[in-house]
Order: sequence, then C-alpha cells, then structure tokens
Amino acid sequence: MSDKVAIIGVGQSAFVRGYPGSIRELAYEGFKEAMQDAKLEVKDIDASLIASAPEYDRQRSPAGVIAEYLGLIPQPTCYIETVCSSSSMGVLMAYSMIKAGLYDTVAVVGFQKMSEISSMEVQERMGRGADIQWESPFGTMMPAYYAMYARAYMDAHGLKLEDLASVRVKAATYGQINEKAVYRKPVALADFVPDPDNRMAGPVASPLRVGDCCANADGSSCIILASEKRAKAVTKKPVWVLGLGAASEAVNMAGRPDLTRGLRVGIEAGKKAYKMVGIGPKDIDVAEVHDCFTIAEIMAYENLGFAKNGEGKELIRAQETYKEGSIPVNVDGGLLSKGHPIGATGGSQIRTIVLQLRGEAGPMQVKDPEIGLIHNIGGVGLYGNVTILGR
Amino acid sequence: MAKPDEDTRFSKFGTVSFTALTKTNDFIDYLEGGKVEGTKCKTCGAVFFPPRADCYQCFSSDMEWFEVSGAGKLLSFTKLEYAPIGFEDDIPYTLALVDYGSYKVFGRLSRDIPEEEITIGMMVAPHVVKLPKGHISYEFSKA
Repeated sequence: MSDKVAIIGVGQSAFVRGYPGSIRELAYEGFKEAMQDAKLEVKDIDASLIASAPEYDRQRSPAGVIAEYLGLIPQPTCYIETVCSSSSMGVLMAYSMIKAGLYDTVAVVGFQKMSEISSMEVQERMGRGADIQWESPFGTMMPAYYAMYARAYMDAHGLKLEDLASVRVKAATYGQINEKAVYRKPVALADFVPDPDNRMAGPVASPLRVGDCCANADGSSCIILASEKRAKAVTKKPVWVLGLGAASEAVNMAGRPDLTRGLRVGIEAGKKAYKMVGIGPKDIDVAEVHDCFTIAEIMAYENLGFAKNGEGKELIRAQETYKEGSIPVNVDGGLLSKGHPIGATGGSQIRTIVLQLRGEAGPMQVKDPEIGLIHNIGGVGLYGNVTILGR
Repeated sequence: MAKPDEDTRFSKFGTVSFTALTKTNDFIDYLEGGKVEGTKCKTCGAVFFPPRADCYQCFSSDMEWFEVSGAGKLLSFTKLEYAPIGFEDDIPYTLALVDYGSYKVFGRLSRDIPEEEITIGMMVAPHVVKLPKGHISYEFSKA
C-alpha cells in the first residue's frame, strides 16, 4: 500500500471555441503535455480514467477510443462522469486506486468538445443536467439556477450587481496573462453599464448578465498521479495530494436547503478535505474555485470558509482574492476567462495549483505558496469536489 | 412512439416534457382537475414535492396525494431573456422557488405580476395553466 500519493505531471490544451479536430485528438493535447511534464513513456502508465460529460459526443463510450489514441492499451481504462467536476472526481478515484496498491501510476484525462452543437443546444443539454421530470419542463438552464442563488444573496446579504461584475473584472485581469484562456481581453466595471453596445451587460437570466457567465469551450486536461515510491523516483518536485472531499445534493431546487448559504456540496466537500489534512481555511495559500458564474465564486469564498456566510462580497471589494491579497483565488482567469470545457475543467484547475506550488506559474505566480485548494462543482451544486495539495 | 397500452400522460407536462413514463402520472390528472398535488407516504408520513412514488425513508410505495394550495413565500426568482431550445416562444418568463414550510415548489411566476412588484418574501399561490398543443402546467400569482 502506498503511503502518499503525488501528482507528477500536469497538462492542458489551449481552451478554444471550435477545436478543429476530433475528441481523441483533443484529449491527446492535454495528455502529451502532462507526459512530457512527467517525463514518462506510455508504458509507465498503469491505468487511465477518462472524464467528461457524454451528451456532447457522437462517440459512444469514449474511454476506450481515447485510451487507444493515447497509446494506453492494453492497460485498463474507464469513464468517470460528474458533469463539470468529472476530472476532479477522476483524481479522487485515481488516488484511491493507487492508495489501494492496485496501480502505481494513473492518468486522469478530462476533455470536452462542446462546439459540435449550437449554444442553445448546449444550454438545453445543460438544463437537462437538472431535474428533467419536474423542473426542465418550465424552461430551466444553468444560468437561471445560479441566478436564483444570486437573487437570494442580493436580498439577504446586500450583494450588489457591481460585486458580481468585480469578480469578472478580476478573472479578466488574469485571463489576459494566461495563454491557455479562451477570453483574453480586459473587462472593466464600465462594460456592465446597461447599454446596447455593452455586450457584457446583456441580460441572460436576471440578475445575471452575459459577463456573469463563463463561456463554453473545447479543451482537454491531464493529471498524472503516482505512488510515493514512484513519484520520488521520477521527479524532484512532487506535489502531494493531501486532502480529498466529495459530496452530492438534491438535483431539484425544491430539495435544496437555504439558498442564501450557497452550495451545500461545497461546504460538505470542503469540510471533508480540511479534516483529512487536519487544517483549516486560513492555511490555504492559493485557491481555484468553480466560477462558472460570478455568483458561484462569491458563494465558494463562503462555503470554503475564506469568508463568513454573507461576507464573501467583502473579499472581492477589498481585492483580497487578487494575486497579492490574503487568499488569491482563480489567478489563472478562472472558468470565466479560461472557458469551461466541462470534463477538462477540474484538471485545468488542479494543473494551475500544481504549477503554483512548484513555483512555475509564470506571471500568475503567487508568492511562495505551500498549500493550495481546488473547488470543483458539478451541475448546479449537484456534485462537489474539494482537493487540497501541498509541496 | 408510445405503445397503445402505455400510460404517457406525463408527456403533457410543461412547455416541453422530457418524461413520458412515471409512476406519478396522476399528477397530470390532478392538474386537469385544477389542482397541484404532492405525495405523502402513508407509512411514515414523509411529505414530498415534487411528488415521489417511493419513500426513501421507510421503503414504502404506499403514497397518498395532497394538494399544494394557498399561499407560499417566494424564496427567489429569475427572469429569463434567453431560453433553451423548445422554449423560445415563451421568452421572457420568470422561474420561481416557493416555500411551503415542510416542502418547496419550483415553477413559473405568472405574467400578471408586474416585474417591479416581484419581491423575495412576497406571498404567492399556484394555479393551473393550459398550454398550447394540449400541454398543461402550473404557475404562481400573488396570493
């Protein structure tokens, strides 16, 4: 049995609109970068986990096809799905497989090619990630659900539209310096002033506007995990998996507890991860949170304990979550700027934290972080994963 | 296509229904009778909205229906200016979550409530609405 489990390689494709290739070619891009990062050959990988949301693909059972293209046969492979948190759940599974002693080195490959269908079709599929029997018939979609949380927060906690816009402004600050991000333009608060010329201010689902929503994108990511012995043999800079928390929640809004307290899966997964490491929110030096919408980042601050319930807005107002602040969050641009290729997103977040802990994050580097956290949510808080990494 | 003996009543629910076969099909008959109904477990008394055919607390499937009537408190809402495929003709529409204490109900707010009068905490009550193509749903108006 392995004592500790490390991340020994990370990779990510550029996140783009309209990737000009197939899903196996897309998956290859993130995988190749991770393999080169880990300096491994395909024979060194004992098993692979392929993570995505299946409804965007024409290919049935993508795991086998992708494993073959990556050169990972005859090693075992399987498909992992918790929609937007699929690759974080893949990392939890890979950890368990290594910890159990079944495998020494496991590759988690996340991918999504969303551009083969129209944006409205994507929304329709995302809406069906909700309760298709009782809620989808009313015309639901992801922005609408998060908008209901945002409205409840504005009413209960005095959250302002400007606070939401400020989250997007921060994301764009770092999206501009992340060469893998799909959205690399600056965004200012003035872009949210209602005006037909201000695209960011366009209404989607009140109170959320275009600029409050992340963009769909195509992309892939890869995280390679290994046993302690293996990790020490192949790298001088292992990043250790210290804590793993995961949770699930009622799919329908009618089954949710208090909307003014954020997402219960974030709270539960966070508690489990902190407990496993024996640390608390104050020990986190850098974090990636699931900002599929601006409101989601504010809720994540609170659900992870970076701020008390209702006070998440104070962190963005004081710029405490900027690179130089007390708790830097999403200093790679987040989902808002990078784009959100569902199955690839968790792996991209984990890659960012690994690079931060190794001191290899370039212009996005925060000062000397020792412990980093990744918060990755599936659906509208249907699934949640919190992963804590350390040097 | 449904087989002649299949009970596909639920395919009439909402603007677009994604479910045809369910053990809670009687929900549609109650809607046609002008009532929005949830289920209650006859064995342990657990109350469910949306309705369930099976109780996860005591593993009984012996359910009775109860009416969601009178006023509930609006917990949150959102007005959609952009809609999924199949709902384009409904834009704009407002989704809402309403609290009845022991359960909550998700649905739409009626267009008869002026937008500027919608506030969290206001009391609303459900009523049944007939939709095009024989479909049926419910929405909330001011109580």
